[in-house]
Amino acid sequence: MLEVRGITKRFGGLTAVNGAGLTVPEGRIVSLIGPNGAGKTTLFATIAGFLKPDGGSVMFKGSDITALAPHAICRRGLVRTFQVVQPFANLTVRENIAVGAHARLASRRQALDRAAEVAERVGMMRQIDQPAADLTVAGRKRLELARALATGPSLLLLDEVMAGLNATEVEDIVRVVRGIRESGVTILLIEHVMQAVMSLSDHTYVLNNGAIIADGPPRAMAEDPRVIEAYLGHGASERLAAGGKRA
Amino acid sequence: MRAGQRTAVALGALAAMLAMPLVVTSGFWMDFLILTLFVGVLGQGWNILGGYGGQLSFGHAVFFGTGAYVQAILQTQYGWNPWLAITPAVLAGVLVGAFIGYLSFRYGLRGSYFALITLAFAEAFRVLATSIEITEGGQGIYLRLNRDPDQAITMLQFASGVGYYYMILALTVVALLVAWWIEHSRFGAQLMAVRENEDAAEALGIDAFAVKMRAICISAALTASAGVFYVQKFLLMDPFIAFGPGKSVEALVAPIIGGMGTIFGPLLGSIVLHGVGELTKALTAAAGIDHPGLDLVIYGILLVLMLAFLPSGLMGLLRRRARPARSAEHA
Ligand SMILES: Nc1ncnc2c1ncn2[C@@H]1O[C@H](COP(=O)(O)OP(=O)(O)O)[C@@H](O)[C@H]1O
Ligand SMILES: [Mg+2]
Repeated sequence: MLEVRGITKRFGGLTAVNGAGLTVPEGRIVSLIGPNGAGKTTLFATIAGFLKPDGGSVMFKGSDITALAPHAICRRGLVRTFQVVQPFANLTVRENIAVGAHARLASRRQALDRAAEVAERVGMMRQIDQPAADLTVAGRKRLELARALATGPSLLLLDEVMAGLNATEVEDIVRVVRGIRESGVTILLIEHVMQAVMSLSDHTYVLNNGAIIADGPPRAMAEDPRVIEAYLGHGASERLAAGGKRA
Repeated sequence: MRAGQRTAVALGALAAMLAMPLVVTSGFWMDFLILTLFVGVLGQGWNILGGYGGQLSFGHAVFFGTGAYVQAILQTQYGWNPWLAITPAVLAGVLVGAFIGYLSFRYGLRGSYFALITLAFAEAFRVLATSIEITEGGQGIYLRLNRDPDQAITMLQFASGVGYYYMILALTVVALLVAWWIEHSRFGAQLMAVRENEDAAEALGIDAFAVKMRAICISAALTASAGVFYVQKFLLMDPFIAFGPGKSVEALVAPIIGGMGTIFGPLLGSIVLHGVGELTKALTAAAGIDHPGLDLVIYGILLVLMLAFLPSGLMGLLRRRARPARSAEHA
Protein backbone atom coordinates (compact mmCIF):
# COMPACT_ATOMS: atom_id res chain seq x y z
CA MET A 1 0.00 0.00 0.00
CA LEU A 2 2.81 2.40 0.90
CA GLU A 3 6.31 2.29 -0.58
CA VAL A 4 8.84 4.79 0.65
CA ARG A 5 12.12 4.72 -1.27
CA GLY A 6 15.39 6.41 -0.39
CA ILE A 7 13.96 9.50 1.29
CA THR A 8 16.52 12.14 2.20
CA LYS A 9 15.63 15.33 4.01
CA ARG A 10 18.11 18.01 5.01
CA PHE A 11 17.60 21.04 7.25
CA GLY A 12 20.46 23.32 6.26
CA GLY A 13 23.57 21.34 7.13
CA LEU A 14 21.72 18.70 9.16
CA THR A 15 20.62 15.53 7.36
CA ALA A 16 17.57 14.50 9.40
CA VAL A 17 16.58 11.61 7.12
CA ASN A 18 19.19 9.86 5.03
CA GLY A 19 18.02 7.50 2.31
CA ALA A 20 15.31 5.88 4.41
CA GLY A 21 12.88 3.44 2.83
CA LEU A 22 10.07 1.25 4.10
CA THR A 23 7.07 -0.72 2.92
CA VAL A 24 3.64 -0.98 4.51
CA PRO A 25 1.48 -3.79 3.12
CA GLU A 26 -2.30 -3.41 3.13
CA GLY A 27 -4.10 -4.45 6.30
CA ARG A 28 -0.99 -4.47 8.51
CA ILE A 29 0.24 -2.49 11.45
CA VAL A 30 3.86 -1.52 10.86
CA SER A 31 5.87 0.35 13.46
CA LEU A 32 8.80 2.71 13.21
CA ILE A 33 11.04 2.96 16.26
CA GLY A 34 14.32 4.67 17.01
CA PRO A 35 15.96 6.98 19.54
CA ASN A 36 14.89 10.60 19.90
CA GLY A 37 16.10 12.76 17.07
CA ALA A 38 16.47 9.77 14.73
CA GLY A 39 14.29 11.48 12.13
CA LYS A 40 11.02 9.56 12.56
CA THR A 41 8.73 12.59 12.67
CA THR A 42 10.59 14.18 9.77
CA LEU A 43 10.09 11.03 7.71
CA PHE A 44 6.35 11.09 8.52
CA ALA A 45 6.07 14.75 7.58
CA THR A 46 7.78 14.02 4.28
CA ILE A 47 5.50 11.07 3.49
CA ALA A 48 2.39 13.15 4.27
CA GLY A 49 3.48 16.06 2.06
CA PHE A 50 4.40 18.59 4.76
CA LEU A 51 8.07 18.59 3.79
CA LYS A 52 9.58 18.33 0.32
CA PRO A 53 12.25 15.62 0.32
CA ASP A 54 15.70 16.33 -1.09
CA GLY A 55 15.67 12.88 -2.62
CA GLY A 56 13.58 9.73 -2.86
CA SER A 57 9.97 8.96 -3.60
CA VAL A 58 6.72 8.00 -1.92
CA MET A 59 4.34 5.62 -3.69
CA PHE A 60 0.83 5.18 -2.30
CA LYS A 61 -1.68 2.73 -3.78
CA GLY A 62 0.53 2.48 -6.83
CA SER A 63 0.86 6.18 -7.63
CA ASP A 64 3.59 8.68 -6.91
CA ILE A 65 2.49 11.17 -4.22
CA THR A 66 5.92 12.69 -3.55
CA ALA A 67 5.11 16.15 -4.87
CA LEU A 68 1.51 16.41 -3.61
CA ALA A 69 0.20 18.85 -1.01
CA PRO A 70 -0.91 17.42 2.36
CA HIS A 71 -4.62 17.99 1.67
CA ALA A 72 -4.38 16.17 -1.65
CA ILE A 73 -2.62 13.24 0.03
CA CYS A 74 -5.32 13.14 2.71
CA ARG A 75 -8.01 12.99 0.05
CA ARG A 76 -6.30 9.94 -1.43
CA GLY A 77 -6.66 8.25 1.92
CA LEU A 78 -3.36 8.82 3.73
CA VAL A 79 -3.57 10.89 6.91
CA ARG A 80 -1.08 11.65 9.66
CA THR A 81 -1.38 12.73 13.28
CA PHE A 82 1.01 15.14 14.96
CA GLN A 83 3.37 14.16 17.77
CA VAL A 84 2.96 17.69 19.11
CA VAL A 85 -0.84 17.72 19.18
CA GLN A 86 -2.53 20.43 17.08
CA PRO A 87 -6.12 20.74 18.31
CA PHE A 88 -8.52 23.38 16.99
CA ALA A 89 -8.50 24.89 20.47
CA ASN A 90 -11.61 27.07 20.24
CA LEU A 91 -13.79 24.35 18.75
CA THR A 92 -15.47 21.58 20.70
CA VAL A 93 -14.36 17.97 20.45
CA ARG A 94 -17.35 17.23 18.21
CA GLU A 95 -16.54 20.17 15.92
CA ASN A 96 -12.87 19.13 15.80
CA ILE A 97 -13.71 15.62 14.68
CA ALA A 98 -16.35 16.90 12.24
CA VAL A 99 -13.62 18.84 10.40
CA GLY A 100 -12.05 15.48 9.66
CA ALA A 101 -15.39 13.96 8.68
CA HIS A 102 -15.95 16.78 6.17
CA ALA A 103 -13.09 15.36 4.12
CA ARG A 104 -15.68 12.89 2.80
CA LEU A 105 -19.02 14.39 3.82
CA ALA A 106 -20.38 17.69 2.51
CA SER A 107 -23.40 17.79 4.80
CA ARG A 108 -22.86 19.44 8.18
CA ARG A 109 -25.47 17.21 9.81
CA GLN A 110 -23.82 14.04 8.53
CA ALA A 111 -20.34 15.24 9.53
CA LEU A 112 -21.51 16.00 13.08
CA ASP A 113 -23.18 12.58 13.30
CA ARG A 114 -20.06 10.88 12.02
CA ALA A 115 -18.05 12.86 14.59
CA ALA A 116 -20.18 11.38 17.38
CA GLU A 117 -19.66 7.86 16.01
CA VAL A 118 -15.90 8.35 15.90
CA ALA A 119 -15.87 9.90 19.38
CA GLU A 120 -17.68 6.82 20.62
CA ARG A 121 -15.10 4.60 18.95
CA VAL A 122 -12.12 6.31 20.59
CA GLY A 123 -13.90 6.73 23.92
CA MET A 124 -14.47 10.49 23.91
CA MET A 125 -18.25 10.63 24.28
CA ARG A 126 -18.03 12.23 27.72
CA GLN A 127 -15.95 15.16 26.46
CA ILE A 128 -17.77 15.58 23.17
CA ASP A 129 -19.12 19.09 23.85
CA GLN A 130 -16.03 20.38 25.64
CA PRO A 131 -13.76 22.88 23.94
CA ALA A 132 -10.60 21.11 22.79
CA ALA A 133 -8.58 23.61 24.84
CA ASP A 134 -9.98 22.05 28.06
CA LEU A 135 -8.76 18.52 27.31
CA THR A 136 -5.98 16.75 29.22
CA VAL A 137 -2.89 15.44 27.42
CA ALA A 138 -4.51 12.02 27.07
CA GLY A 139 -7.66 13.63 25.70
CA ARG A 140 -5.72 15.64 23.14
CA LYS A 141 -3.87 12.55 21.92
CA ARG A 142 -7.18 10.79 21.50
CA LEU A 143 -8.65 13.76 19.66
CA GLU A 144 -5.69 13.77 17.30
CA LEU A 145 -6.42 10.13 16.52
CA ALA A 146 -10.18 10.67 16.23
CA ARG A 147 -9.89 13.57 13.81
CA ALA A 148 -7.58 11.60 11.53
CA LEU A 149 -9.83 8.57 11.70
CA ALA A 150 -12.87 10.66 10.80
CA THR A 151 -11.36 11.48 7.40
CA GLY A 152 -12.01 7.86 6.42
CA PRO A 153 -8.38 6.96 5.64
CA SER A 154 -7.05 3.74 4.20
CA LEU A 155 -3.62 4.39 5.76
CA LEU A 156 -3.15 6.07 9.12
CA LEU A 157 0.23 7.48 10.24
CA LEU A 158 0.28 7.73 14.03
CA ASP A 159 3.12 9.71 15.60
CA GLU A 160 3.54 8.79 19.28
CA VAL A 161 -0.15 8.79 20.17
CA MET A 162 0.70 7.00 23.41
CA ALA A 163 3.46 9.27 24.66
CA GLY A 164 2.70 10.76 28.06
CA LEU A 165 -0.16 8.37 28.83
CA ASN A 166 -0.38 6.13 31.92
CA ALA A 167 -0.55 2.34 31.68
CA THR A 168 -4.35 2.11 31.65
CA GLU A 169 -4.62 4.82 29.02
CA VAL A 170 -2.04 3.02 26.89
CA GLU A 171 -4.03 -0.21 27.14
CA ASP A 172 -7.14 1.70 26.07
CA ILE A 173 -5.47 3.18 23.02
CA VAL A 174 -3.91 -0.13 22.05
CA ARG A 175 -7.42 -1.59 22.00
CA VAL A 176 -8.69 1.34 19.93
CA VAL A 177 -5.82 1.03 17.43
CA ARG A 178 -6.42 -2.69 17.07
CA GLY A 179 -10.11 -1.97 16.41
CA ILE A 180 -9.17 0.52 13.73
CA ARG A 181 -7.02 -2.07 11.96
CA GLU A 182 -9.84 -4.61 12.19
CA SER A 183 -12.14 -2.12 10.45
CA GLY A 184 -9.79 -2.35 7.46
CA VAL A 185 -7.41 0.59 7.98
CA THR A 186 -3.69 0.02 7.47
CA ILE A 187 -1.48 1.65 10.11
CA LEU A 188 2.09 2.92 10.32
CA LEU A 189 2.99 4.06 13.81
CA ILE A 190 5.88 5.71 15.57
CA GLU A 191 6.01 4.62 19.17
CA HIS A 192 8.37 4.59 22.13
CA VAL A 193 6.10 2.50 24.35
CA MET A 194 7.66 -0.90 23.58
CA GLN A 195 4.80 -2.82 25.17
CA ALA A 196 2.49 -1.29 22.55
CA VAL A 197 4.93 -1.85 19.68
CA MET A 198 5.25 -5.53 20.63
CA SER A 199 1.56 -6.20 21.03
CA LEU A 200 0.37 -4.22 18.01
CA SER A 201 2.78 -4.42 15.14
CA ASP A 202 3.37 -7.08 12.54
CA HIS A 203 6.63 -5.59 11.38
CA THR A 204 9.06 -3.04 12.80
CA TYR A 205 11.55 -0.68 11.18
CA VAL A 206 14.35 0.84 13.22
CA LEU A 207 15.56 4.31 12.31
CA ASN A 208 18.83 5.71 13.63
CA ASN A 209 20.56 8.90 12.51
CA GLY A 210 18.11 9.20 9.64
CA ALA A 211 18.72 5.74 8.18
CA ILE A 212 16.86 2.44 8.54
CA ILE A 213 19.35 0.17 10.34
CA ALA A 214 17.18 -2.92 10.75
CA ASP A 215 13.71 -4.28 10.15
CA GLY A 216 11.84 -7.45 11.04
CA PRO A 217 9.32 -8.82 13.54
CA PRO A 218 9.13 -6.57 16.63
CA ARG A 219 10.49 -9.20 19.06
CA ALA A 220 13.50 -9.89 16.89
CA MET A 221 14.13 -6.15 16.67
CA ALA A 222 14.18 -5.78 20.44
CA GLU A 223 17.00 -8.33 20.58
CA ASP A 224 18.90 -7.22 17.50
CA PRO A 225 22.42 -6.08 18.50
CA ARG A 226 22.36 -3.14 16.05
CA VAL A 227 19.16 -1.91 17.66
CA ILE A 228 20.41 -2.37 21.20
CA GLU A 229 23.55 -0.48 20.29
CA ALA A 230 21.56 2.39 18.80
CA TYR A 231 19.52 2.70 21.98
CA LEU A 232 22.32 1.84 24.42
CA GLY A 233 24.65 4.40 22.92
CA HIS A 234 21.94 6.90 23.58
CA GLY A 235 21.28 5.52 27.10
CA ALA A 236 24.97 5.41 27.89
CA SER A 237 25.45 9.05 27.03
CA GLU A 238 22.54 9.92 29.31
CA ARG A 239 24.05 7.90 32.14
CA LEU A 240 27.36 9.65 31.66
CA ALA A 241 25.65 13.03 31.86
CA ALA A 242 23.85 12.01 35.06
CA GLY A 243 27.14 10.76 36.53
CA GLY A 244 28.82 14.04 35.63
CA LYS A 245 26.12 16.02 37.42
CA ARG A 246 26.46 13.92 40.55
CA ALA A 247 30.24 14.38 40.69
CA MET B 1 -32.61 27.52 22.92
CA ARG B 2 -34.05 24.95 20.54
CA ALA B 3 -33.78 25.46 16.80
CA GLY B 4 -37.52 26.18 16.56
CA GLN B 5 -37.37 28.79 19.33
CA ARG B 6 -34.37 30.36 17.69
CA THR B 7 -36.17 30.69 14.37
CA ALA B 8 -39.14 32.24 16.15
CA VAL B 9 -36.91 34.79 17.89
CA ALA B 10 -35.15 35.60 14.60
CA LEU B 11 -38.46 36.12 12.79
CA GLY B 12 -39.74 38.24 15.69
CA ALA B 13 -36.63 40.41 15.57
CA LEU B 14 -36.99 40.79 11.81
CA ALA B 15 -40.65 41.82 12.20
CA ALA B 16 -39.62 44.37 14.82
CA MET B 17 -36.91 45.72 12.52
CA LEU B 18 -39.40 45.94 9.64
CA ALA B 19 -41.84 47.85 11.84
CA MET B 20 -39.13 50.19 13.18
CA PRO B 21 -39.91 53.15 10.85
CA LEU B 22 -43.43 53.25 12.30
CA VAL B 23 -41.96 53.96 15.73
CA VAL B 24 -38.80 55.86 14.90
CA THR B 25 -39.95 59.02 13.16
CA SER B 26 -37.18 61.44 14.02
CA GLY B 27 -34.64 61.95 11.27
CA PHE B 28 -31.82 61.84 13.79
CA TRP B 29 -32.70 58.39 15.10
CA MET B 30 -33.45 57.11 11.62
CA ASP B 31 -29.95 58.14 10.56
CA PHE B 32 -28.57 56.56 13.71
CA LEU B 33 -30.23 53.25 12.81
CA ILE B 34 -29.10 53.41 9.20
CA LEU B 35 -25.47 54.10 10.07
CA THR B 36 -25.48 51.43 12.77
CA LEU B 37 -26.75 48.81 10.33
CA PHE B 38 -24.31 50.08 7.70
CA VAL B 39 -21.31 49.55 9.98
CA GLY B 40 -22.81 46.21 10.99
CA VAL B 41 -22.67 45.10 7.34
CA LEU B 42 -19.19 46.55 6.89
CA GLY B 43 -18.09 44.71 10.03
CA GLN B 44 -19.69 41.45 8.92
CA GLY B 45 -17.68 41.68 5.71
CA TRP B 46 -14.51 41.94 7.79
CA ASN B 47 -15.73 39.27 10.22
CA ILE B 48 -16.06 36.59 7.52
CA LEU B 49 -12.34 36.79 6.74
CA GLY B 50 -10.97 38.10 10.05
CA GLY B 51 -13.32 36.59 12.61
CA TYR B 52 -14.09 33.22 11.07
CA GLY B 53 -10.94 32.92 8.96
CA GLY B 54 -8.36 34.51 11.28
CA GLN B 55 -6.91 36.64 8.46
CA LEU B 56 -6.86 40.06 10.06
CA SER B 57 -7.10 42.90 7.56
CA PHE B 58 -6.20 46.51 8.28
CA GLY B 59 -7.33 47.69 4.88
CA HIS B 60 -10.87 46.53 4.26
CA ALA B 61 -11.65 49.99 2.87
CA VAL B 62 -10.04 48.74 -0.34
CA PHE B 63 -13.14 46.59 -0.97
CA PHE B 64 -15.58 49.20 0.30
CA GLY B 65 -14.05 51.89 -1.87
CA THR B 66 -13.83 49.72 -4.97
CA GLY B 67 -17.52 48.83 -4.75
CA ALA B 68 -18.43 52.44 -4.06
CA TYR B 69 -16.39 53.90 -6.91
CA VAL B 70 -17.64 51.41 -9.49
CA GLN B 71 -21.21 52.07 -8.39
CA ALA B 72 -20.65 55.82 -8.71
CA ILE B 73 -18.60 55.82 -11.92
CA LEU B 74 -20.96 53.59 -13.88
CA GLN B 75 -23.77 56.03 -13.13
CA THR B 76 -21.98 59.33 -13.61
CA GLN B 77 -19.58 58.49 -16.45
CA TYR B 78 -21.55 55.83 -18.32
CA GLY B 79 -25.13 56.67 -17.44
CA TRP B 80 -25.95 53.23 -16.04
CA ASN B 81 -29.01 52.62 -13.95
CA PRO B 82 -27.95 52.11 -10.29
CA TRP B 83 -29.52 48.65 -10.16
CA LEU B 84 -27.44 47.53 -13.12
CA ALA B 85 -24.30 48.95 -11.53
CA ILE B 86 -24.63 46.83 -8.38
CA THR B 87 -23.38 43.56 -9.88
CA PRO B 88 -20.24 45.02 -11.51
CA ALA B 89 -19.55 47.03 -8.35
CA VAL B 90 -19.68 43.96 -6.12
CA LEU B 91 -17.73 41.89 -8.66
CA ALA B 92 -15.02 44.54 -8.81
CA GLY B 93 -14.66 44.24 -5.04
CA VAL B 94 -14.41 40.46 -5.38
CA LEU B 95 -11.79 40.82 -8.10
CA VAL B 96 -9.64 43.06 -5.91
CA GLY B 97 -10.15 40.58 -3.05
CA ALA B 98 -9.07 37.67 -5.23
CA PHE B 99 -5.99 39.58 -6.36
CA ILE B 100 -4.88 40.54 -2.83
CA GLY B 101 -5.75 37.06 -1.59
CA TYR B 102 -3.77 35.36 -4.32
CA LEU B 103 -0.69 37.49 -3.68
CA SER B 104 -0.85 37.02 0.08
CA PHE B 105 -2.03 33.44 0.51
CA ARG B 106 -0.04 31.90 -2.35
CA TYR B 107 3.12 33.07 -0.64
CA GLY B 108 1.87 32.09 2.78
CA LEU B 109 1.71 35.61 4.24
CA ARG B 110 0.02 35.43 7.62
CA GLY B 111 -0.63 37.56 10.66
CA SER B 112 0.81 41.04 10.58
CA TYR B 113 2.18 40.57 7.06
CA PHE B 114 -1.30 40.06 5.71
CA ALA B 115 -2.57 43.04 7.73
CA LEU B 116 0.17 45.23 6.26
CA ILE B 117 -0.48 44.04 2.69
CA THR B 118 -4.15 44.99 2.94
CA LEU B 119 -3.26 48.34 4.48
CA ALA B 120 -0.77 48.98 1.70
CA PHE B 121 -3.37 48.17 -0.96
CA ALA B 122 -5.90 50.54 0.58
CA GLU B 123 -3.29 53.30 0.63
CA ALA B 124 -2.21 52.60 -2.95
CA PHE B 125 -5.83 52.71 -4.11
CA ARG B 126 -6.35 56.00 -2.27
CA VAL B 127 -3.37 57.57 -4.02
CA LEU B 128 -4.51 56.12 -7.33
CA ALA B 129 -8.05 57.46 -6.91
CA THR B 130 -6.61 60.89 -6.14
CA SER B 131 -4.51 60.97 -9.28
CA ILE B 132 -6.54 59.41 -12.10
CA GLU B 133 -9.24 61.02 -14.19
CA ILE B 134 -12.04 58.50 -14.07
CA THR B 135 -12.47 59.00 -10.30
CA GLU B 136 -12.29 62.76 -10.84
CA GLY B 137 -9.26 62.92 -8.60
CA GLY B 138 -9.22 64.37 -5.14
CA GLN B 139 -12.37 66.40 -5.54
CA GLY B 140 -14.47 63.25 -5.75
CA ILE B 141 -17.58 62.18 -7.63
CA TYR B 142 -21.03 63.64 -7.05
CA LEU B 143 -24.09 61.76 -8.22
CA ARG B 144 -27.02 63.66 -9.68
CA LEU B 145 -29.70 64.19 -7.11
CA ASN B 146 -33.01 62.69 -8.16
CA ARG B 147 -35.73 63.08 -5.59
CA ASP B 148 -38.63 62.38 -7.92
CA PRO B 149 -40.77 60.09 -5.73
CA ASP B 150 -41.97 58.13 -8.76
CA GLN B 151 -38.39 57.18 -9.59
CA ALA B 152 -37.27 56.44 -6.04
CA ILE B 153 -37.18 52.69 -6.56
CA THR B 154 -35.78 52.68 -10.10
CA MET B 155 -33.11 55.25 -9.26
CA LEU B 156 -32.43 53.88 -5.75
CA GLN B 157 -32.65 57.35 -4.25
CA PHE B 158 -35.04 58.13 -1.43
CA ALA B 159 -36.28 61.46 -0.13
CA SER B 160 -36.57 60.22 3.43
CA GLY B 161 -34.49 57.87 5.52
CA VAL B 162 -37.09 55.10 5.42
CA GLY B 163 -36.11 53.90 1.94
CA TYR B 164 -32.45 53.76 2.89
CA TYR B 165 -33.36 52.05 6.14
CA TYR B 166 -35.03 49.19 4.25
CA MET B 167 -32.16 49.05 1.80
CA ILE B 168 -29.55 48.61 4.54
CA LEU B 169 -31.87 46.30 6.48
CA ALA B 170 -32.02 44.02 3.43
CA LEU B 171 -28.21 44.03 3.27
CA THR B 172 -28.05 43.33 7.00
CA VAL B 173 -30.27 40.27 6.55
CA VAL B 174 -28.03 39.05 3.72
CA ALA B 175 -24.91 39.59 5.87
CA LEU B 176 -26.42 37.71 8.82
CA LEU B 177 -27.50 34.86 6.55
CA VAL B 178 -23.96 34.58 5.18
CA ALA B 179 -22.59 34.36 8.71
CA TRP B 180 -25.27 31.83 9.63
CA TRP B 181 -24.30 29.76 6.62
CA ILE B 182 -20.63 29.93 7.63
CA GLU B 183 -21.53 28.49 11.02
CA HIS B 184 -23.61 25.68 9.53
CA SER B 185 -21.70 24.54 6.48
CA ARG B 186 -18.70 22.49 5.53
CA PHE B 187 -17.03 25.60 4.13
CA GLY B 188 -17.42 27.40 7.46
CA ALA B 189 -16.07 24.44 9.42
CA GLN B 190 -13.05 24.34 7.14
CA LEU B 191 -12.55 28.10 7.39
CA MET B 192 -12.54 27.98 11.19
CA ALA B 193 -10.20 24.98 11.11
CA VAL B 194 -7.77 27.02 9.01
CA ARG B 195 -8.04 29.88 11.51
CA GLU B 196 -7.34 27.57 14.44
CA ASN B 197 -4.46 25.61 12.93
CA GLU B 198 -3.50 25.60 9.29
CA ASP B 199 -1.21 22.55 9.42
CA ALA B 200 -3.81 20.42 11.15
CA ALA B 201 -6.40 21.61 8.64
CA GLU B 202 -4.19 20.60 5.72
CA ALA B 203 -3.55 17.22 7.30
CA LEU B 204 -7.32 16.66 7.41
CA GLY B 205 -7.73 17.26 3.69
CA ILE B 206 -8.44 20.99 3.67
CA ASP B 207 -6.94 23.06 0.88
CA ALA B 208 -6.14 26.05 3.09
CA PHE B 209 -5.29 28.29 0.14
CA ALA B 210 -8.59 27.60 -1.61
CA VAL B 211 -10.56 28.11 1.60
CA LYS B 212 -8.90 31.47 2.29
CA MET B 213 -9.46 32.56 -1.31
CA ARG B 214 -13.18 31.81 -1.03
CA ALA B 215 -13.34 33.64 2.28
CA ILE B 216 -11.67 36.80 1.00
CA CYS B 217 -13.99 36.84 -2.04
CA ILE B 218 -17.13 36.54 0.10
CA SER B 219 -15.75 39.09 2.54
CA ALA B 220 -14.93 41.52 -0.28
CA ALA B 221 -18.39 41.05 -1.84
CA LEU B 222 -20.17 42.01 1.40
CA THR B 223 -17.86 44.95 2.01
CA ALA B 224 -18.24 46.20 -1.57
CA SER B 225 -22.02 46.02 -1.22
CA ALA B 226 -21.70 48.31 1.81
CA GLY B 227 -19.87 50.67 -0.56
CA VAL B 228 -22.75 50.50 -3.04
CA PHE B 229 -25.16 51.44 -0.27
CA TYR B 230 -22.98 54.33 0.86
CA VAL B 231 -22.91 55.86 -2.61
CA GLN B 232 -26.69 55.63 -3.02
CA LYS B 233 -27.23 57.14 0.41
CA PHE B 234 -24.73 60.02 0.32
CA LEU B 235 -24.46 60.47 -3.48
CA LEU B 236 -20.76 61.20 -3.30
CA MET B 237 -17.45 59.42 -3.14
CA ASP B 238 -13.94 60.73 -2.72
CA PRO B 239 -10.58 59.01 -2.23
CA PHE B 240 -10.45 59.63 1.49
CA ILE B 241 -13.94 58.31 2.24
CA ALA B 242 -13.39 55.36 -0.07
CA PHE B 243 -9.92 54.19 0.85
CA GLY B 244 -8.92 56.21 3.93
CA PRO B 245 -8.41 54.55 7.30
CA GLY B 246 -11.90 55.42 8.59
CA LYS B 247 -13.80 52.54 6.96
CA SER B 248 -10.98 50.05 7.56
CA VAL B 249 -11.04 50.91 11.26
CA GLU B 250 -14.84 50.76 11.59
CA ALA B 251 -14.88 47.43 9.76
CA LEU B 252 -12.57 45.82 12.28
CA VAL B 253 -13.51 47.61 15.49
CA ALA B 254 -17.20 46.63 15.32
CA PRO B 255 -16.60 42.85 15.21
CA ILE B 256 -13.76 43.01 17.72
CA ILE B 257 -15.97 44.81 20.23
CA GLY B 258 -19.02 42.70 19.48
CA GLY B 259 -17.23 39.38 19.12
CA MET B 260 -15.12 38.06 16.27
CA GLY B 261 -16.33 34.93 14.55
CA THR B 262 -19.91 35.26 15.77
CA ILE B 263 -23.07 35.93 13.77
CA PHE B 264 -24.25 38.96 15.75
CA GLY B 265 -20.89 40.28 16.95
CA PRO B 266 -20.39 42.90 14.21
CA LEU B 267 -23.93 44.25 14.59
CA LEU B 268 -23.71 44.36 18.37
CA GLY B 269 -20.31 46.05 18.14
CA SER B 270 -21.71 48.62 15.75
CA ILE B 271 -24.61 49.41 18.09
CA VAL B 272 -22.17 49.97 20.96
CA LEU B 273 -19.80 52.01 18.79
CA HIS B 274 -22.51 54.32 17.56
CA GLY B 275 -24.16 54.53 20.94
CA VAL B 276 -20.87 55.59 22.48
CA GLY B 277 -20.14 57.83 19.49
CA GLU B 278 -23.42 59.72 19.81
CA LEU B 279 -23.06 59.95 23.56
CA THR B 280 -19.59 61.44 23.16
CA LYS B 281 -20.91 63.96 20.67
CA ALA B 282 -23.74 64.95 22.99
CA LEU B 283 -21.47 65.23 26.02
CA THR B 284 -18.73 67.18 24.25
CA ALA B 285 -21.33 69.50 22.72
CA ALA B 286 -22.80 70.09 26.17
CA ALA B 287 -19.34 70.77 27.55
CA GLY B 288 -18.62 73.10 24.64
CA ILE B 289 -15.73 71.05 23.29
CA ASP B 290 -15.53 70.73 19.54
CA HIS B 291 -12.99 68.23 18.41
CA PRO B 292 -13.68 66.30 15.19
CA GLY B 293 -11.25 63.39 15.76
CA LEU B 294 -12.53 62.65 19.24
CA ASP B 295 -14.79 59.72 18.26
CA LEU B 296 -11.81 57.91 16.70
CA VAL B 297 -9.86 58.39 19.93
CA ILE B 298 -12.79 56.92 21.87
CA TYR B 299 -12.95 53.96 19.43
CA GLY B 300 -9.26 53.39 20.02
CA ILE B 301 -9.67 53.39 23.79
CA LEU B 302 -12.65 51.03 23.55
CA LEU B 303 -10.67 48.71 21.32
CA VAL B 304 -7.72 48.55 23.71
CA LEU B 305 -10.02 47.94 26.67
CA MET B 306 -11.84 45.16 24.83
CA LEU B 307 -8.68 43.43 23.73
CA ALA B 308 -7.25 43.66 27.24
CA PHE B 309 -10.30 42.56 29.22
CA LEU B 310 -12.75 40.89 26.82
CA PRO B 311 -10.87 39.37 23.90
CA SER B 312 -13.91 37.38 22.81
CA GLY B 313 -16.04 40.53 22.70
CA LEU B 314 -19.49 41.21 24.06
CA MET B 315 -20.85 38.02 22.52
CA GLY B 316 -18.21 36.15 24.52
CA LEU B 317 -19.53 37.82 27.67
CA LEU B 318 -23.12 36.88 26.84
CA ARG B 319 -22.11 33.33 26.04
CA ARG B 320 -20.20 32.95 29.28
CA ARG B 321 -23.33 34.03 31.13
CA ALA B 322 -25.39 31.55 29.15
CA ARG B 323 -23.04 28.63 29.62
CA PRO B 324 -24.64 26.97 32.67
CA ALA B 325 -27.91 26.84 30.74
CA ARG B 326 -26.14 25.41 27.72
CA SER B 327 -24.47 22.58 29.56
CA ALA B 328 -27.78 21.78 31.28
CA GLU B 329 -29.33 21.40 27.85
CA HIS B 330 -26.74 18.83 26.85
CA ALA B 331 -26.97 16.90 30.10
N1 LIG C 1 11.94 21.96 11.01
C1 LIG C 1 13.18 21.58 11.39
N2 LIG C 1 14.23 22.41 11.20
C2 LIG C 1 15.47 22.04 11.57
N3 LIG C 1 15.77 20.87 12.13
C3 LIG C 1 14.76 20.00 12.36
C4 LIG C 1 13.42 20.31 12.01
N4 LIG C 1 12.62 19.26 12.33
C5 LIG C 1 13.45 18.33 12.88
N5 LIG C 1 14.73 18.78 12.91
C6 LIG C 1 15.89 18.01 13.38
O1 LIG C 1 15.91 16.81 12.67
C7 LIG C 1 16.30 15.74 13.52
C8 LIG C 1 15.22 14.68 13.52
O2 LIG C 1 14.09 15.14 14.24
P1 LIG C 1 12.74 14.31 14.34
O3 LIG C 1 12.32 13.88 12.99
O4 LIG C 1 11.79 15.12 15.11
O5 LIG C 1 13.19 13.06 15.19
P2 LIG C 1 12.31 11.98 15.98
O6 LIG C 1 10.88 12.18 15.61
O7 LIG C 1 12.86 10.67 15.53
O8 LIG C 1 12.56 12.21 17.42
C9 LIG C 1 16.55 16.35 14.90
O9 LIG C 1 17.93 16.58 15.03
C10 LIG C 1 15.78 17.64 14.84
O10 LIG C 1 16.39 18.60 15.68
MG1 LIG D 1 9.23 12.55 16.75
